[in-house]
Amino acid sequence: MAGTVPRKLRVEVLARIEGEAGLDIAVKRDGRVEAHLAVFEPPRLFEGFLRGRDFREAPDLTARICGICPVAYQTSACQAMERACGVTVGGAVRDLRRLLYFGEWIESHALHVHLLHGPDFLGYESGIHMAADHPEPVVRGLRLKKVGNDLMTLLGGREIHPVGMRVGGFWRAPRLEAMRAMREPLLRAIDDAVAAARWTGTLDIPEFERDYLFLALRHDDEYAIVDGRLATNNGFDADVDAFERHVVEVHAQHSNALQSTFDGQAFLTGPLARFALSRELLSPRAKEAARELGLNGPCMNPFRSIHVRAVETIHAAEEALAIVERFEPIERAYVDVEPREGSGCGASEAPRGLLYHRYRIDAGGSILEARIVPPTAQNQKSMEEDLVRWVGAHPELDDERLGWTCEQAIRNHDPCISCATHFLRVRVNRE
Amino acid sequence: MAPRKPKPKPKRAGDGETPGDVRPKLAVWKFASCDGCQLTLLDCEDALLEIAAKVEIANFPEASRAIVRGPYDVSLVEGSITTSHDAERIHTIRRASKVLVAIGACATSGGIQALRNFAEVGGWMTAVYGRPDAIPTLRASTPISDHVKVDFELHGCPISKEQLIRVLGAILRGNVPRLPHHSVCLDCKRNGTVCVTVAEGQPCLGPVTRCGCGALCPSHGRGCYGCFGPLAEANFGGMGRLLEVKGVDAAGRARLFRGIYGAAEAFRVESESHGRNRT
Ligand code: SF4
Ligand code: SF4
Ligand code: SF4
Repeated sequence: MAGTVPRKLRVEVLARIEGEAGLDIAVKRDGRVEAHLAVFEPPRLFEGFLRGRDFREAPDLTARICGICPVAYQTSACQAMERACGVTVGGAVRDLRRLLYFGEWIESHALHVHLLHGPDFLGYESGIHMAADHPEPVVRGLRLKKVGNDLMTLLGGREIHPVGMRVGGFWRAPRLEAMRAMREPLLRAIDDAVAAARWTGTLDIPEFERDYLFLALRHDDEYAIVDGRLATNNGFDADVDAFERHVVEVHAQHSNALQSTFDGQAFLTGPLARFALSRELLSPRAKEAARELGLNGPCMNPFRSIHVRAVETIHAAEEALAIVERFEPIERAYVDVEPREGSGCGASEAPRGLLYHRYRIDAGGSILEARIVPPTAQNQKSMEEDLVRWVGAHPELDDERLGWTCEQAIRNHDPCISCATHFLRVRVNRE
Repeated sequence: MAPRKPKPKPKRAGDGETPGDVRPKLAVWKFASCDGCQLTLLDCEDALLEIAAKVEIANFPEASRAIVRGPYDVSLVEGSITTSHDAERIHTIRRASKVLVAIGACATSGGIQALRNFAEVGGWMTAVYGRPDAIPTLRASTPISDHVKVDFELHGCPISKEQLIRVLGAILRGNVPRLPHHSVCLDCKRNGTVCVTVAEGQPCLGPVTRCGCGALCPSHGRGCYGCFGPLAEANFGGMGRLLEVKGVDAAGRARLFRGIYGAAEAFRVESESHGRNRT
């Protein structure tokens, strides 16, 4: 056999303009493919400066890790602290926490589906470019996104780094009228999300399946978002405190983001994982949309994550509406949390996957140690494997097409390495 | 900081996106940050397509794959300088930009990652990565203005949408942007918000923090933690003494000033007068 023509593909992340994070793909003469996702996002050392801070500060400080999913950071941090202090937040306050988080899901998923990922399938450089020819999905996406942002503003004061959440709950209970005012927009959001799901069904999705190990939170009676047990699609089930015994982070030479494995294997967290593990708990219209999209079982095609995100958006809007409708005025939206010596972990489902926090605090509430494992770090190895498989399966694609689809393969997972890797540019060198 | 006069007037807005596009070119650049400030632009849902029609989005990786070569009429710069590579990159961006606006706490003060400036970075690298030598990083996180001339600074963590639209509008019209310049505390009075310090004895940095958020935290029943940065000419020493009277211990006072805007001169100095450097 003549062997494969060796190729080298270099993908530069434009968010890191001069290729501070990128992708290096090499096709060897024997057909083997190597792919490295190189993250050069400058380290910001959160785990370092959290030490010595007061435990109540963690939600506001860690929110600053990511402007796209601050609520995820606030939720996981609050839960870890509550666990460390032996407090559980339930009932109406937990409802409000889910509502705020659904706001973030709607905002983030609408942004990704319509402005970041969707344009790929139609060959546009951006949602803004796409809007010239396809105004409808873009305008609908922005409208949907705004409802998510409005929920965040209602409970948190603003969309990015909201100020409403505290360890134990919320600083202030929302007013009944303000909650009621969300009813109409949410009804409309459900319709918009259903329309969005149908629209994603019209996109031309590449055929591509992978044999993923999925990791997500699972909850007995709800599609897990704010809490749950750890579960995988091969039967693993454990309390969140087992996380660090299975998920190990290593520092790969080519990356500033730590890479994770689950019992030594690459794994995937995020919409596909959640859907595989909890799809029977989706809201009625979300289930219906999933059926219409032909999502009848676990979905192993990462390019179809756009379908799952649209389905999850319907679920988020429906569940948010239910919370708004059953809301009754409360005096106090938090439980008291007194510090005690010990440690606690917390995990929640950020739009792009499981976000784990663990803190050790002293009797006075000072943070002694902090550990934060974001979803993108967990997904990184799977993303690299996607590329290896994709490139290996498509020797016929020319460099430009291959490059674009590789970018798309990364965007499938909505990575959030400080949310910088959404947009990549490809440079190809023949060996 | 007083606004500096922007450089020459951008070209008149036009329509269409031909190669000879005459709309002013807008570029968005990222350094060490959380992307929140540039996301603020995408969060202007109602105005986004309108803005996009008035300017040519020439470089905005968070939103578009398309890249148009400089020079750029307006560059929005997010994030702080934390690597030697970035310290060089900002000069290239400055050269390619007529007006350069630093957006957010990261770009204007070093941001939350400037908490490293108070500590031994090597130890933190070990805490995060296991090996201190693994990642190239500078000892301090510094604002953009430490490296190049900045035409305008927009504060906040994150910046305010309204302020961003206002500032962009002014620059595109060739005007010097002007923003209100008073404390968060004053906005509380205007909003009729009950003072959390007076009513509940909670510590609040509102009296010494720059306005822009609409006095958000007090309206949620909590004290301000200074995420719009120190207001020039405020009485920081007086603020420190008030916190002491309200029973905040020295470490607590030091921490309060040493937060999102901890490396901003006024907060840094005040924080150091209450507590020793941590390691
Ligand atoms: S100033 Fe705050 S919101 Fe803006 S990029 Fe920095 S951390 Fe994010
Ligand atoms: S709550 Fe804070 S900002 Fe508001 S009036 Fe009181 S001290 Fe000033
Ligand atoms: S911390 Fe202060 S400046 Fe920031 S949002 Fe709260 S009140 Fe406004």
